[in-house]
Amino acid sequence: MSAIRLLVGTRKGAFVLTADGQRRKWDISGPHFAGWEVYHIKGSPADPNRLYASQTSGWFGQVMQRSNDGGKTWEAGGNEFKYAGTTGTHLWYDGTPHPWEFKRVWHLEPSLSDPETVYAGVEDAALFRSADGGRTWQELPGLRSHPSGAKWQPGAGGMGLHTIIQDPSDAKRMFVAISAAGVFRTDDAGETWRPMNRGLRSEFMPDPTAEVGHCVHRIALHRSRPGVLFMQKHWDVMRSDDAGQSWKEVSGNLPTDFGFPIHVHAHEPETIYVVPIKSDSEHFPLDGKLRVYRSRTGGNEWEALTKGLPQRDCYVNVLRGAMSVDALDPCGVYFGTTGGQVYASADGGDAWAPIVRDLPAVLSVEAQTLP
Amino acid sequence: MIRVVLPVHLRTLAHLDGEVALGVDGPVTQRSVLDAVEARYPMLRGTMRDHVTQKRRAFIRFFACGEDLSNELPDTLLPDAVAKGAEPFLIVGAIAGG
Repeated sequence: MSAIRLLVGTRKGAFVLTADGQRRKWDISGPHFAGWEVYHIKGSPADPNRLYASQTSGWFGQVMQRSNDGGKTWEAGGNEFKYAGTTGTHLWYDGTPHPWEFKRVWHLEPSLSDPETVYAGVEDAALFRSADGGRTWQELPGLRSHPSGAKWQPGAGGMGLHTIIQDPSDAKRMFVAISAAGVFRTDDAGETWRPMNRGLRSEFMPDPTAEVGHCVHRIALHRSRPGVLFMQKHWDVMRSDDAGQSWKEVSGNLPTDFGFPIHVHAHEPETIYVVPIKSDSEHFPLDGKLRVYRSRTGGNEWEALTKGLPQRDCYVNVLRGAMSVDALDPCGVYFGTTGGQVYASADGGDAWAPIVRDLPAVLSVEAQTLP
Repeated sequence: MIRVVLPVHLRTLAHLDGEVALGVDGPVTQRSVLDAVEARYPMLRGTMRDHVTQKRRAFIRFFACGEDLSNELPDTLLPDAVAKGAEPFLIVGAIAGG
């Protein structure tokens, strides 16, 4: 029988939540790396027991961890993230040039085919790769040295490269998203990159439709249709049908189109999920009601999913990396909150129940479907 | 032997209990002690000082013999009592936050 393993990164450690295919009863292990921020944990699609974790601390910096047994035991890997070549500058919050400085790893994306290869998206925004299981890391400098790099500027949470998506149909194509620069795509395995932000509009920018500078919060795609991308931007939910070359707004009837995560159903490429948040100055659900919104039409038409979710006095946030889906049928959907709850739906979002209520603030959730 | 006390999070990371006893070749300085700690526990590289610049991380402090040695130059000799193992070299996570 299949099993589900949820990899949960929090402000104070990592937790591994496991259940059988019924997804009713969960075992919780952790905290792993207690007291450290764990921005992200993700398993290798080629070897689900190979996990990578980003462990970080304001005191002690970045530590990388690797597990070969699905999170039961861990070993520290290499943690030297050295920018390639001349470091250069990007723009600081006040618009002045600021040298690139490594701060932490936000996102880990293991290769689709090789457990030893993993990509890391870091703050200040850059993309690194390890081909030796996380022992050493090398920058793919073509991204950061893009001519627009000197104009990139941090969002409120820092200038993080927070999303990496590999195209399952083309080993040389990859998408990344950076706050607040936007989406970039490579078609040559990371050698060169192009901004993919046409159609985005950000009113806070001097030129609202500029090529770079957009605060993209998350992008997602379905593996069966890698040319269709979905985006939760700072404001606006967007869709691209040409692999990022142009975007159109699909916020439709959402009560607010601000938010952080966006995800695609495992078996229905036009079914997508967002968690609307009141505004950029009030990071909590509208009217104190925690509602996931689902569109079965690839955007524009949205329905509120509320069953089992608190519908009063709820003022948590759901961060960009804190939503995931499993591959069972019906599809399981999961998200974690800054209040420490991890919610699960075993029926595609129709009904929800908390797996656990009192973890530290949840930074990331990744679901693994195990044989 | 030089005695070194690490903060709890770094002891956990290095899988050790209590203080560390290390042999240091040559002059006993902040740099040579940290070199010896990192050589024995490679997972601690980068957690106390920057990989490249070797500068102390902002929230790491060094104490010994009742003195704050955090801002001493890395090649300054540590007190005799540390060099002789009578007193430990303390690596401390700064009190920060509320």
